[in-house]
Amino acid sequence: MAFIKRYKLDSLLLPLIGLGAFLMLWLVIAGRIETRKAVDEFGDPVTKTVKTGISPDLPTPGETWKASKPYLVEPFAKRGELDQGILAFTKLSLILVMQGYLIALLIGTPLGFFLGLSKAFTKAMDPIIQVLRPVSPLAWFPLGLVLFSSVKLMDGGGKTVFGASDAAALFTIAICSMWPAVMNTAVGVRAVPQDYLNVAKVLKLSKAKTLFKVLLPATLPYMFTGFRLSLGIAWLVIVAVEMLTGRPGVGGFLWQEYNAGSYSRIILCILTIGVVGLVLDRLMSLVEARFKTA
Amino acid sequence: MKDILPLPGVSPRRNYLELRQLNKTYATPKGPAVIVNDFNLDIAESEFVTLIGHSGCGKSTVLTMVAGLNEVTSGGMVLAGKEVTGAGPDRGVVFQSPSLLPWRTALENVMLGVNQVFYTAPKSERQQIAEYYLSVVGLCDAMDKRPAELSQGMRQRVGIARAFALAPKMLLLDEPFGMLDSLTRYELQAVLLNLWRHQRITTLMVTHDVDEALYLSDRIVCMTDGPEAEVGDIVTVPFQRPRDRTTVMEDPDYYRLREHLIEFLEIHAHRKKRVAFANPGSAALAAA
Repeated sequence: MAFIKRYKLDSLLLPLIGLGAFLMLWLVIAGRIETRKAVDEFGDPVTKTVKTGISPDLPTPGETWKASKPYLVEPFAKRGELDQGILAFTKLSLILVMQGYLIALLIGTPLGFFLGLSKAFTKAMDPIIQVLRPVSPLAWFPLGLVLFSSVKLMDGGGKTVFGASDAAALFTIAICSMWPAVMNTAVGVRAVPQDYLNVAKVLKLSKAKTLFKVLLPATLPYMFTGFRLSLGIAWLVIVAVEMLTGRPGVGGFLWQEYNAGSYSRIILCILTIGVVGLVLDRLMSLVEARFKTA
Repeated sequence: MKDILPLPGVSPRRNYLELRQLNKTYATPKGPAVIVNDFNLDIAESEFVTLIGHSGCGKSTVLTMVAGLNEVTSGGMVLAGKEVTGAGPDRGVVFQSPSLLPWRTALENVMLGVNQVFYTAPKSERQQIAEYYLSVVGLCDAMDKRPAELSQGMRQRVGIARAFALAPKMLLLDEPFGMLDSLTRYELQAVLLNLWRHQRITTLMVTHDVDEALYLSDRIVCMTDGPEAEVGDIVTVPFQRPRDRTTVMEDPDYYRLREHLIEFLEIHAHRKKRVAFANPGSAALAAA
């Protein structure tokens, strides 16, 4: 034990124990593949492959690895529109998420500022926001299709480059992910110490200067907490959006593999979504930490 | 060090700041609560006046009203012949908490105000002004540090530099040393007095520290306890300037005035209002 403490091995060992337990649980649920020798009704000897387990359709870790390998070893391969390496899919998904997320921030941040600055505006908007906030992406997407039904941008060859479903996808990501940015910005603006505002008053800073030199820097830490949470939600929404649109991406790939019955790759997709989500969150935490002054 | 003393031959204005019938009333569910009641005070140019009274007696309310940070319910204020409405950089304020913007360095905090007041001056000149005041308060080596890297005393030094750098008509100090330990407080009182001696900016300070009031001010205004606080007594402080703490404390008048002030504060702590001081100022004259 002293050895473990000395080299801080527990921070390495404990996660490994957790991972091991998780794999054990997986193995127990997925069961094992058994090859049995049997005799069929005609009296001939046959070998039967049987899967035993609580949920026999669930692929085992081994099967998952085997089925996922081509997507992992050639992560950027493009064999077809819906048959690409896992990182190629991730890239497509990330591009869509970033576009929707940027729209969310561009609308959400000013909205949050207005909410924080004006009590009347908060009273007027709060009921609507509280009602819209918990609505699922699956519910927003059809509305997006209706809203943007006339959107159709074509390239020179008459191929649609940006259609109603693309607009609806961005709309869904943006409207689902903007609320944490809105709420945290509003809270941040309300939490700006009166001292700072007094300084702005005494120096007679103009409205614009007060906003950019006092309010905005003082609110930044809160804003970035909101931005981080928003990014998490935007990434959460991507799977739903890609399932509904059938776009290529991690979520689209997942849905396609489910329909094709290749359950192993569903697990690959889930793990990929999880890892990418974690990486995004950590990156945003780093940015967030940079703005923590005080 | 540059001296900005009043020009020779021009006598300082007697009523540089006039506060007339200042009232502050807050509406409460139980009806209006009068915090400050008919507060009258004249301050001469280059005078250092201290408001003293118990916590919550309304002395800070008077100061924030003069600063324009707190609306006046009724009454009027005139500074250098002009009516005061709202806040502005012609009144440099030092708050009890240093109130520095934490994402700006000491220099940038001072520059924020300097840029606002001397917006016609070239940038190099504005920077010189800010650097001058920071070095006078002893922060030569800490100009580029952020508030988080400075001690509480150093932060308040920045606050003082920021107020002086505005070249204000008036200084308003709201318990500026209240949050400091006594050694740091002594240091900063000396820093303040040194700057003030050279610039003679008319000053209104709020404190509950009797010794601080005696060491720094020309006149001490005692406020009665709130609610409905008003001027209870005005004491003239006779010590020669430039002052030195030891000489001030050795002066025979020092303890007499100190006793007088503490007695006043004690009587009002026991809510026996306006008993011993039927004639404001008379007791002080006798004492002085």
